[in-house]
Amino acid sequence: MKFSVTVTLKKDVLDPQGKVVGQTLKNMGMTNLIQIRQGKFFEIDLDEKNPSKAQDQVKEMCEKLLSNQIIEDFKIKQKE
Amino acid sequence: MKSSVVVFPGSNCDRDIAVTLEKLQFKNTMVWHKETKLPKSDLIVIPGGFSYGDYLRSGAIAAKSNILNEVIKAGNDGSLIIGICNGFQILIECGLLQGALLRNFGLKFISKDIFIKIQSNKNKFFNKYKKDEVVKLNIAHNEGNFFTDKKHLKELEDNDLIPIKYCDEKGNITRASNPNGSLNNIAGIFNKNKNILGMMPHPERMSDKICSDDSGLPLFLSLMN
Repeated sequence: MKFSVTVTLKKDVLDPQGKVVGQTLKNMGMTNLIQIRQGKFFEIDLDEKNPSKAQDQVKEMCEKLLSNQIIEDFKIKQKE
Repeated sequence: MKSSVVVFPGSNCDRDIAVTLEKLQFKNTMVWHKETKLPKSDLIVIPGGFSYGDYLRSGAIAAKSNILNEVIKAGNDGSLIIGICNGFQILIECGLLQGALLRNFGLKFISKDIFIKIQSNKNKFFNKYKKDEVVKLNIAHNEGNFFTDKKHLKELEDNDLIPIKYCDEKGNITRASNPNGSLNNIAGIFNKNKNILGMMPHPERMSDKICSDDSGLPLFLSLMN
């Protein structure tokens, strides 16, 4: 089963890289930009046929390694 | 006293701290991260560097290595542990310390001498410094911007768990003297029992007057006290 995981900084955590990217886009003329936040993206392929087991395992990956929950949130999406 | 310095691929301050410890007659062992047993040690050091190339998040991969299981056990049993720079990041990632070390506010790697103010000397790590003493140390990091939630910050403040803060040469703790945007100028924190210290500045780089200065030496002398 395939999953995608997005890890982003929590709303109230400062994202200096996102800020710089946002400022650059504005400088390029995209002045209607309200906000941009930078994050990380993971594609995960699991040898597991049971969807709920696979979901749980990806969640465990996110909680234990892929994100630091003090500063980051994660979103899991099942692809197929 | 016996000490162990844990070494990961990418550690680069491990030898500096070993030299400092051996100079003070510590019986030191270098412990490779794949080891599953830690020698009996009065002090465990997680040194600075760029373990695993800072992949994923600084310290995240090292925190899952074999030897860290032993370090976590020893820490929970009360052993003295110090994590410096990348070592601080690893201690946070493995859960021995709480919080997070974010990218520096100015997005730049900072390598320079800074000043810290000793907030508390009633502990095993800073008892050879005076309270409110201003100490010059070196920092060299890209992710040293300490952040934590309000509940943990209050716990740190209420229980005297913030031993050092960034300050200027005169000891004023100001925004301008905060090199990396760290919350409340925090340069290092303890766990609840004060047996585990994480700090961004490098005391081992200031342990010999011939090379730099010896302003970091009292930290190691404190441990022997």
